[in-house]
Amino acid sequence: MESVERTFQLHVPSSTENLSMIRDFVGSIGQRAGFNEADVAKLELAVDEACANVIEHAYGSEATHEVTVKARLDAECVQIEIVDTGCGFDPRQIEQVTLDELISKRKSGGLGMRLIQSLMDEVQYQIIPGQKNELRMVKRLKKSDS
Amino acid sequence: MASTFSIARSEEDQVTVLALNGYLDAYTAPQFEKAIQEEYDAGRVRIVVDCAGLTYISSAGLGVFMSFIEDVHAAGGDIKICAVVPTVYQVFEILGFPELFEILPTRADAVRKFSRAAGREA
Repeated sequence: MESVERTFQLHVPSSTENLSMIRDFVGSIGQRAGFNEADVAKLELAVDEACANVIEHAYGSEATHEVTVKARLDAECVQIEIVDTGCGFDPRQIEQVTLDELISKRKSGGLGMRLIQSLMDEVQYQIIPGQKNELRMVKRLKKSDS
Repeated sequence: MASTFSIARSEEDQVTVLALNGYLDAYTAPQFEKAIQEEYDAGRVRIVVDCAGLTYISSAGLGVFMSFIEDVHAAGGDIKICAVVPTVYQVFEILGFPELFEILPTRADAVRKFSRAAGREA
């Protein structure tokens, strides 16, 4: 098994139309890293959710901005960084409410974050509103998922 | 290239069946939302969402189910989900959908559930 670190980057305009391109990019990274099909699917979904949040919330669905997805892979894990320059958010303010409560409030917000937390092994934010927001997440290889 | 997604609408035994096909993400979710909204606005609230052809779902798609379920229940109907492939079911499961939505193995099972609920079968 080689231990050389490899880095890949994708820059796309901030439109949800490009989510499929982002998933394809991340999917091929996952395959190259040696993830099984189920883990590739989890990686794709987590990155899709994160980028959809950036496009719809950080950039308010304005397609004139750019989303950057950086992927770094080595023998042990894939690390993904999603960078935007939109308005950030405080991840601590994501409400930990039940699905029932979300439904009765007619809200579906926070579902994506919930998925990301459950699909990835590590999730970290660095938010500097209006300047640079970075979401870094890691999925490890050979993890036996439940 | 944008996600491919389509919805085939049909009616069976006074139940609307929306058969989803392809990728349901933040780009395509508005199509799904529009389809359910049309049923709701027309008072057709017995809805089966057939997911046999659905290969991918993200929270944007799940949000559509969530945003309509209370109104549909209040109107005396339901949204039942059927024929979910394992990768999509896993996403439903992570968010606890099986406790809030009736998910059935086949379209026929889902349609039949409405008939039973209406008391037209034993």
